[in-house]
Amino acid sequence: MKCSGKVWKFGSNIDTDAIIPGRYLNVTDPEELAQHCMENENPRFVQEAKEGDIIVAETNFGCGSSREHAPIAIKAKGVSCVIAKSFARIFYRNAFNMGLPIIESEEAVDGIREGHEVEVDLASGEITNRTTGQRYRANPIPPFMQEIIDDGGLMKHIAKGRS
Amino acid sequence: MEQDLAYYYEVGQMGIEHALLPEQGIVVPGDLVIGADSHTCTYGALGAFSTGVGSTDLAAAMVTGELWFKVPETIKLIYRGKLRPWVGGKDLILYTIGQIGVDGALYMAMEFTGDTIDSLPMDGRFTMANMAIEAGAKNGIFHPDRITEQYVKGRARREYHFYKSDPGARYKEVREFDVSTVEPQVAFPHLPSNTRGISEVGTVTIDQAVIGSCTNGRIDDLREAADVLKGHKISPNVRLIIIPATPSIYRQAMKEGLFDIFLDAGSVISPPTCGPCFGGHMGILAKGERAIATTNRNFVGRMGHPESEVYLSNPAIAAASAVLGRLGSPEELGRKR
Repeated sequence: MKCSGKVWKFGSNIDTDAIIPGRYLNVTDPEELAQHCMENENPRFVQEAKEGDIIVAETNFGCGSSREHAPIAIKAKGVSCVIAKSFARIFYRNAFNMGLPIIESEEAVDGIREGHEVEVDLASGEITNRTTGQRYRANPIPPFMQEIIDDGGLMKHIAKGRS
Repeated sequence: MEQDLAYYYEVGQMGIEHALLPEQGIVVPGDLVIGADSHTCTYGALGAFSTGVGSTDLAAAMVTGELWFKVPETIKLIYRGKLRPWVGGKDLILYTIGQIGVDGALYMAMEFTGDTIDSLPMDGRFTMANMAIEAGAKNGIFHPDRITEQYVKGRARREYHFYKSDPGARYKEVREFDVSTVEPQVAFPHLPSNTRGISEVGTVTIDQAVIGSCTNGRIDDLREAADVLKGHKISPNVRLIIIPATPSIYRQAMKEGLFDIFLDAGSVISPPTCGPCFGGHMGILAKGERAIATTNRNFVGRMGHPESEVYLSNPAIAAASAVLGRLGSPEELGRKR
């Protein structure tokens, strides 16, 4: 599976309240959550991000809450992939479970600027910067997690195992 | 009711889960616990391995009875020395996060040890384990001991087990802190790692103080706040919201006369609940407002408006600040301990 789109770049420690503020805790409609995604961090993102765009961030992306609103809001906004130097642990699990592709790559984060056009091959972990022509390697996704993604998220993965 | 749930807590019995479950003896030492809340790591105070997951992971575990885990590496934190007055678990964990950063223990277990920890009461241990997630940790764990035993005895509804690290255990990192000189800590906006000692805070006026939450809503926390508030009135410019974390903490505080002290000071006492900590209800901050809170996160907009500010501290500092109308210490009110 390949993702490609324009890059929105963010800093370190983008917490779950930055991704989707806690005051929207009672909202369950993904489309509505998407309208507030990153609104405190970069209001332009909500207005201008397009289907397929990619989020690139520094370290500890998604720190804070265990609420799945965070990956749900990003996915519903149409973001095809999040690349970061590191992810907070609970967000990492939640993203896979919700079917939001995320990968870790220090060199990609250092090489990619806001607005670059980037392509990600999730299976091989290869990231191509179409704007500069550079290529980067991502840390491989553990095989059993790849299985969860291939099955379309944790719920479908479990349903498959029990059928 | 309809689902015939054994552990369902209706209004009147409910409390903040991370205070309620240990108090009711539902979580016990030696347990492996997951919870659909990031502060599930609180039970590490009992010597349980507990960690937060999303609700999908939780549902998966309910269906299958299993969940995948990676055994985390461990960072060992050794605390030595006698604590100064008004310094407790909250200050130790804020100080630690200030030293190692909000991802200083990413994916890791934090093991809290040392002679300071050996004499730290359970409520202080719960506060420390609670905030392990604020350093990115998977869990924060204590060696169960005599203090744990005293707490668990008479509460535990199941058999429990005390597990300790092997003498030859390997650690990713070992850090030692001499805490005899650590003063009460305040985490400035907008990260829990942005800490300063109380003598270095400068003049920061506040509009609200919150004492409560899964971090600091236990009886020791309320006693500490009452110690400071006794005989004082809060500043006319400040709202002080006090939230006992469970019904039995609420009743205990009432019995001990703490409510009289809180009400005489001009504070409002809430029923046991979460709320202001994440901008839910009970004290949502307006644009430009500042709050000192005994909660665990001070991210942008965490307690309300994106242009509001949250400062994290222990209950004594929050209480003193409510009286002073600005960040300050009980010592400024002539309180000795």
